[in-house]
Amino acid sequence: MSALTLLDVDNLCVTLPTASGPLSAVRGVSLSLRRGETLGIVGESGCGKSMTALSLLNLLPSGAKATMSRYAFDGETVTGRGKRGIRNLRGNRIGMIFQEPMTALNPVFPIGSQLTAVYRRHKGGSEAAARERAVMLLERVGISNAAARLAQFPHQLSGGLRQRVMIAMALMCEPSLIIADEPTTALDVTIQMQILKLLADIKTAFGTGLILITHDLGVVSHVADKIAVMYAGEVVETGRTAEILAAPRHPYTVGLLGSLPDPSRTAPGAPLATIPGTVPSLIDPPDACAFADRCARVLPRCTAAAPALRQDGPGRSIRCVNPEPAAWVA
Amino acid sequence: MSVPAAQVRRPARWRAALTHKSLVIGGGVVLLIAIAAILAPVLTPFDPAQPDIANRLKSPFWMADTVPGHYLGTDQLGRDYLTRLLYGARISLVIGLVAVAISATIGITLGLVAGYFGGKVDAVIGFVITTRLSMPLVLIALAVVAIAGGSLTTVTLVIGLLIWDQFAVVTRTATQQARSADYVRAAEAMGCSLPHILAREILPNIMPAVIVVATVELANAILLEAALSFLGLGVQAPLPSWGLMLSEGKNFMFFDPWLITLPGLCLVTLTMAINLMGDGLRDALRSGRR
Repeated sequence: MSALTLLDVDNLCVTLPTASGPLSAVRGVSLSLRRGETLGIVGESGCGKSMTALSLLNLLPSGAKATMSRYAFDGETVTGRGKRGIRNLRGNRIGMIFQEPMTALNPVFPIGSQLTAVYRRHKGGSEAAARERAVMLLERVGISNAAARLAQFPHQLSGGLRQRVMIAMALMCEPSLIIADEPTTALDVTIQMQILKLLADIKTAFGTGLILITHDLGVVSHVADKIAVMYAGEVVETGRTAEILAAPRHPYTVGLLGSLPDPSRTAPGAPLATIPGTVPSLIDPPDACAFADRCARVLPRCTAAAPALRQDGPGRSIRCVNPEPAAWVA
Repeated sequence: MSVPAAQVRRPARWRAALTHKSLVIGGGVVLLIAIAAILAPVLTPFDPAQPDIANRLKSPFWMADTVPGHYLGTDQLGRDYLTRLLYGARISLVIGLVAVAISATIGITLGLVAGYFGGKVDAVIGFVITTRLSMPLVLIALAVVAIAGGSLTTVTLVIGLLIWDQFAVVTRTATQQARSADYVRAAEAMGCSLPHILAREILPNIMPAVIVVATVELANAILLEAALSFLGLGVQAPLPSWGLMLSEGKNFMFFDPWLITLPGLCLVTLTMAINLMGDGLRDALRSGRR
């Protein structure tokens, strides 16, 4: 682990209790992120990407259990430090941005007091200093007339403005990592691009690492340095963004990219491309490749044993025994 | 994106609240009674406990056999009835407000903790709530008064320690809804402490429900005090509690019925006004939210 490593998580597992038994939402995910780097975690609903992010801050829903064989943040091991240790990471060294800016701000307080409360909790200092920082950050995230805005209540702001406020709030304590869980899903398409640009901009200006969780490959392609594609609680393919988008090797990644609607290729009225089948139940998952039932390249040994994540070139890993040939590049 | 300063100000919610008729009427009557109670020594020259045997059982001003100065007549000991009613309002309001403050503190705390943590904590607090609900108020009051003796403090404490159940139930339910709200999760992600999350994130957002419960319980506490005093378990003579006045007047009700009509009327007016105010507040707070 080099000194540049910001986050190092190994073998993260999350189980959720359900009426029909424990559900393995995340099955052995390992992540590593360097300072200032952006990791996009991509996958469909229920693939465990949000659970992965929430478990980093110990914010899982009650009853859910997370285990990991290693959790190091900024060179310090977090595992075993208990809830107090992780709570101090929250907000202070790891900022989080949620999907729904419309509801993620407390409706009964002006945004100014919400921004300063975070800062003063972790950094102490005077209210005036905290306000000064709040104004500076609001201006930095592109909110004009920031000083007057501090007195406004969340319902007086539009969705895009609120998401900017959330970003400013996540930045209040100068965190070294920001986790953004679907930060643009609830926003208009035009605002989406602005927010993504802002996130990319902030990342370079402040040197923070960014974990971007999304189901939208278009979003990650703009911002992320690295991608981890998740399927059924596992990372199935990971590598540099450009390489994966240009030459996906796991059949699921291929299918995901193939499902992107492309107006120049799809005739009007023609059905959109999909991946046939559904995600297997993660209650008592079979000892086989989770994607085998839906895979066009399935082999007999895919259903015999679960494939391991294996190295596939520099910085690239893949969980497949029969991947698309590397020469697939279109 | 520039904002004029006036628009930044919080909208005048109180002006909007004034459009709610029941809030204005109920609140107005409660305010009137409260002012009368506070100004009692100024409004009347008499002492509420000073007997005047020569002028016993004089009638109010609209009847025969009146004495000038005693607008609402005198009771069986010749004490001015208007004075006793005014001072009685003080007792009702003080006992009501203090008892509600005590029960709100207990109930809201239990409800917040039960609603936020759920699971085993919720089960234990749920058991405590059920236990409380299974205890008849008057029976407990009887036992306590038998041991400690009836007094203003005892009655206030007994009522305050017994009527927190509605606060707990309502707060618990509202907290269960609020705890899964995104801003609560966001506060957790910001590393806020548990007291901060309960007091600053959840409590202000469930306050409308709690305020409505508080008005209902205020009326409830005032009626309970009157009932306990009527039974001789509450405020003791010569303090002028409305319930006690009803109790003392009932021996004369066939010949001097105003002795029980007047305190009864006061009690009905005050509790009805409080309930009306609560209804109005509920409507105003509901329409005030977007």
